[in-house]
Amino acid sequence: MADDTSIIGKARPRIDGPAKVTGAARYPSDEPAPGAVWAFLVTSAIARGKVKSFDLDEAKAVPGVLDILTHWNVGGDAKPPAPTSKGKPTTTLESDRIWHDGQIIAVVVAETYEAAREAANRVHVDYDEEKPSATFGSPGAQEEKREPGDHEDPKIGDPEKAFGAAPVKIDQRYETPTQHHNPMELFTTTCFWQGDKLTIYEPSQFVYGLKNNVAKQLGIDPAKVTVVSRFTGGAFGSKGGTTARTAWIAVAARRLKRPVKLVATRDQGFTIATYRAETRHRLRLGADANGRLTALIHEGWELTSRPSQYNVSGTESTARIYACPNVETAVNLVHADRNTPGFMRAPPDTPYMFPLESAMDELAYALKMDPVELRRLNDAPKDPINGLPWSSRSLMKCYDAAAERFGWKQRNPVPGAMRDGDWKIGWGCATAAYPSNIAPCGATVRLDGDKASIGLAGQDLGTGAYTVIAMTAAQALKLPVENVSVELGHTDLPAASLAAGSSHTASICHAVAAACDKVNAKRAQGETGVIEETAANVPNGLPDSAMDKINHGQMAISRGFGRKDCTAYAFGAHFIEVRVHGRTGEIRTPRMVSAFASGTIINPLTAYSQYMGGMIWGISAALFEKTEIDLRAARYTNDNLADYLIPVNADAPEIDVLLVPEEDNAVNPMGIKGIGEIGIVGVNAAVANAVFHATGRRIRRLPIRIEDMV
Amino acid sequence: MRSFAYDKAGDAPSAVAAGGQYLAGGTTLVDLMKLDVMQPAHVVDINGLDKQYGEIEAGKDALRLGALVRMAEAAEHPAILRDYPVIAQSLRQAASPQIRNMASLGGNVLQRTRCTYFRDPSWKACNKRAPGSGCAAMDGVNRRHAVLGVSDQCIATYPGDFAVALAALDAQVEILGTSGKHRLPFGELHRLPGTTPHIETSLSAGDLITGFTVPAAPWLRRSLYLKIRDREAYDFALASAAVALDLDKDRRVRAARIGLGGVATVPWRAQEAEKALTGKIIDETAAQSAADAAFADATTREGNGFKTELGKRTLVRALLQAAAMEV
Ligand SMILES: Cc1cc2nc3c(=O)[nH]c(=O)nc-3n(C[C@H](O)[C@H](O)[C@H](O)COP(=O)(O)OP(=O)(O)OC[C@H]3O[C@@H](n4cnc5c(N)ncnc54)[C@H](O)[C@@H]3O)c2cc1C
Ligand code: SF4
Repeated sequence: MADDTSIIGKARPRIDGPAKVTGAARYPSDEPAPGAVWAFLVTSAIARGKVKSFDLDEAKAVPGVLDILTHWNVGGDAKPPAPTSKGKPTTTLESDRIWHDGQIIAVVVAETYEAAREAANRVHVDYDEEKPSATFGSPGAQEEKREPGDHEDPKIGDPEKAFGAAPVKIDQRYETPTQHHNPMELFTTTCFWQGDKLTIYEPSQFVYGLKNNVAKQLGIDPAKVTVVSRFTGGAFGSKGGTTARTAWIAVAARRLKRPVKLVATRDQGFTIATYRAETRHRLRLGADANGRLTALIHEGWELTSRPSQYNVSGTESTARIYACPNVETAVNLVHADRNTPGFMRAPPDTPYMFPLESAMDELAYALKMDPVELRRLNDAPKDPINGLPWSSRSLMKCYDAAAERFGWKQRNPVPGAMRDGDWKIGWGCATAAYPSNIAPCGATVRLDGDKASIGLAGQDLGTGAYTVIAMTAAQALKLPVENVSVELGHTDLPAASLAAGSSHTASICHAVAAACDKVNAKRAQGETGVIEETAANVPNGLPDSAMDKINHGQMAISRGFGRKDCTAYAFGAHFIEVRVHGRTGEIRTPRMVSAFASGTIINPLTAYSQYMGGMIWGISAALFEKTEIDLRAARYTNDNLADYLIPVNADAPEIDVLLVPEEDNAVNPMGIKGIGEIGIVGVNAAVANAVFHATGRRIRRLPIRIEDMV
Repeated sequence: MRSFAYDKAGDAPSAVAAGGQYLAGGTTLVDLMKLDVMQPAHVVDINGLDKQYGEIEAGKDALRLGALVRMAEAAEHPAILRDYPVIAQSLRQAASPQIRNMASLGGNVLQRTRCTYFRDPSWKACNKRAPGSGCAAMDGVNRRHAVLGVSDQCIATYPGDFAVALAALDAQVEILGTSGKHRLPFGELHRLPGTTPHIETSLSAGDLITGFTVPAAPWLRRSLYLKIRDREAYDFALASAAVALDLDKDRRVRAARIGLGGVATVPWRAQEAEKALTGKIIDETAAQSAADAAFADATTREGNGFKTELGKRTLVRALLQAAAMEV
C-alpha cells in the first residue's frame, strides 16, 4: 500500500489531460484519412417486416453521391457480427428482413457529409409491414425461461418453505426502464484499404475483438486487419461488442477504393448499437421477527430481440449479498421486435439491485428497524451460496463511514416527518456491490535509459487508464511518472481484453507489472542499453490458453463469483437526501454521500471521478432516464438529448465520495478490485427509499417522476 | 438538410420583399432543417438588422423589446429584472446559457413544438408536418403533450416560456409586412390547432416581427414565472405559470394576469382564472378556484393525465408565491 515513496495510491492528474483539453488527443474520427468520403446510414422506419423495394433515383440525383449500399447490391459481402451471447444476431443489409426500428437498411456514400445526409433523406423505402411487438405484455412477445449455462441460477435450502413460514414477509414486483448509454462521442467508423489490408478507426472497448470479428464477417485473414482507437469519448458498454455498421463501411471503402467515414447521428445511436433493456422482477424476502433473513427468492424478466438470448442475470449477485440460508433465483427472457440489448454500466447489478435494495428497505419498515442495522444484522461472513470466504468485505465499514458523514443519526424514520418549508425531506440508503473481475492481458515495456514506454491494446474510455498504467510502470521501474509514456488502443500492440466489467485496471496493471518485472530482472543481470520485454498476465484460475482467446478477440475472464478459492466483490454504501415539493411534486437530490472499499486504489483522483460519475448516473437512472417506446410501432420516440433526460449540474449539486481503505491479499496480487461500475449500483434503490421516507409513497417502477408524486 | 439559397438581409424592407425563411439565432430553424422537418428553399439571415431591432427600451409607459434582442440580454437587463420580474424569470429559466446567448426574442416566440413525432419525419402521421396525415401522438407517447387548446387533429404543446409571460401581460407584437407596419395583440399571434395545426401563427408570408411592447401596469412588480420540470435546469416546462397581481391593502385582487405554459397548444392566457380571482382576497381557496377555472376545459390523453392536476398546483403555488412577494 501507499507509503511515502509509493506512486500507487497517490492522487495524480491524468497524463493525457493536456492532450485532451488542447484537442491534440486523436479520437478515432479525428484520425486523418486523406481523400475520405462520407457515409450516412438509412435506417428502417418500421420495427418488423421486409423492405419491399427502394426508390433510389432522387437520392442518386443529389450532386456528390457516389454509391448506395443496400441488400440488393452488397447483401452477400458481409456476415453479421458474432453475438456476445447465445442465440443469433439481428441482420442488416444481408437481406430484406427488418428486425427492429432503426435497423440499418442502406448506406449512402457521398463526397460530403451534407450530400450524404440529404441523399439519405431522399431514399424512399416501400415496406411490407408486419405488426410488431414492443415490450413486456405486447401481443406476440415470446417468453422463455433462461436455462443455466452462461449464467447460473443460485439455489440453496428450501426457499419456498422458508418463505411460507417467515413471520415477516415482503413480496413485491419492480420494474426498470429501457435506457441508452449516449456517450458524448457518437458511434463513428472510418475504414480504408491498402491492397488487401484493412484499417479501421472506431471507438472501441476491445480493438482485438473488433479486428477478429470484422475479419470473420468479411471472410478475410484477421492478420490483415488493423484497428485503432487511441481515445474513446465514453463507452459505458456501448462500444464493447462489434456492431453491424463497421463491416458495411469496410465494404463501401472497398467498392469505392477510398477511405469512407461514418459519424452516425445521436438518434441512430439508439438503434444501431446496444442499450440496457427494460426488466421486471418479483422479489420475495422472508425474515424472522428479529430481522434475520430466512428466505430470498428473486425472479427476473429481461427483454431482448427476437433472435438473441442476451441477458444479464443479476441474480448471480443478488443471491449472495446477504446471509440467507434459503435462496432461489430464476431469469426469464422476453423476445420482442427490438434491437439486441448489451452491456451498460453494471449491466446486471443496476437493474437487479433495485428490487433487492428496495425490498430490504421495505423489510426494515415492516420490522421497524433502521435499514442500516438490518444490513448489519444480515452482513454475510462468507459467500452464502457456495460457502467460500470473501477475498475481503468492507460493506459495514462503508455504511458506517458514509452514515457518519451524512448525519444519518439525525434521521426521524417516520415517513413525511422531515420537512423544510414546502419541501418534504427523505433520507435513504442502499448497498452497492460489484464482482471483482480480471482478465488476461499482455503488455510491452521498453526501457531506454531513464525513459520508459509502455504499449498494450487496452483502452482508456475516459476512465484514466493511461495514467494508472504510467503510475504502475513508474513504481515498478523506479522512475518518475513523467518519464513514462503509454500507448493504447492499437492492434499492433499486445492484446488486452474487453475494457468492461470493472476488470480493466486489474487486468492491464498486472500485465504491465509483469513486463516491468522482466525488465527489472534484465537490469539486475547487468543489462544496459535499451531493454524491451513483453509479458502476459493470465489470472489465477484461468488456463494459459485464455491469453490465446484474447488474441483471437474472444472473451476470457475470471469473475468474482465464479472462483474456486474465494468470492471477490467490492462493496459500498449510498446515502442520499431527496426533497419532494409538497405541492408540485418535483423530486430533487440536494446531496449524496457514498463510501466504497475496492482494495488497492491506484489513482484516488480518477477513482473519485469514476465513483462520482457512477453515483450521478444512479440518480439519473432513478429519476430521469427512460427510453420511451411507442407501443404500437415498437419504436423509440425520445431518441435525442433534449427528450432523453440526464441530470444537469443543478441536479447533483453535492456528491461526496469516501474511499474506505481496504487491503485485499486474495483477490489478485496487486489487490485491485475494480471501481468502474460499483458507483451506480444501488443508487436507484437509495433514491426510491428516500422518496418513500419523504412521502410515504413506495415507487417500484423507475424512473420515479413527478406524476408519481402529485 | 436539403440544399437552400442563403441571403443576408441588408435592410428590413428588402428582407421582407425576399419572402424567405428568416434566420435569427437558428436554434430552432437549423435544428429542424437538419432533421429534415423544415425544408426552406430560401433562408434570409436577419442578424444584420440588429442595429435597428436589437434594442431594449424600458420607458415609463412600456417596455419595448427588439426582435433581435438575445434571450440572455433581456434576462439580465436591470430594468427588466426590477420592473418586469416575470419576463426576466421566463427567459432565465429557458434553455441553456449557450442557447440564450444565440437565440433572439423574435425567434423564441416562434419556436416550434417539441412533439417527438413532429420532429422525426420517419413518422408518417403528423398533421402539423404533413396536413391530413393523422396524429401519431394522439394514442402514442404523449406525456409532454397539451391538455388545453387541443383539437382532435393535434395535441402538440407550445414549448416556450417567454411567450407565456407576453400572453399574460397584454403585450403587442410589431410586424413589418409587405404592406407596411402593423401591430397585433400578442394573444392573436399564435393560432389554436383546430383543423389546421400546420398553420401556427397569423403571420403572412414575408411578415417580419420587429419587436414587442409590454405596457407598464400596476401588477408587474408583483409578478413571477414558476416553471415545473423534470430536472432542475435546461428542460422544457411540464407546467408553468406566469402570474402578475395587483393587490389592495387588504390583499384583495384588483387585477390579475395569468399565462400558462407547458400545458397548452399555444401560449395560454387564463382569463377565466383571472376573472375568478378579481375582487377576492388572495388565499389558498381563491387560488384553488382560479386554478379550477383555468383547467375546467382540460382534455387529457393516456400519458398526460397528470398535467391537469400538476397545472393547477403550479398555478396555485405561483399565485400564493406572488401574493407573498415583498413589493
Ligand atoms: C435543447 C433546447 C432546449 C430549449 N429549451 C427551451 C426552454 O426551456 N424554454 C424556451 O422557451 N425555449 C427553449 N428552447 C428554444 C429556444 O429558446 C428557441 O430555439 C430560440 O429561442 C429560437 O430563437 P432563434 O433566434 O434561435 O430562432 P431561429 O431558429 O432563428 O428562428 C425560429 C423561427 O422563427 C422565425 N423567425 C426568427 N426571427 C423572426 C422574426 N424576427 N420575424 C419572423 N420570423 C422570425 C424563423 O424563420 C424560424 O421559423 C430550447 C431549444 C433547444 C435547442
Ligand atoms: S400532436 Fe401535433 S405535432 Fe404531434 S404528431 Fe400530432 S399532429 Fe403532429
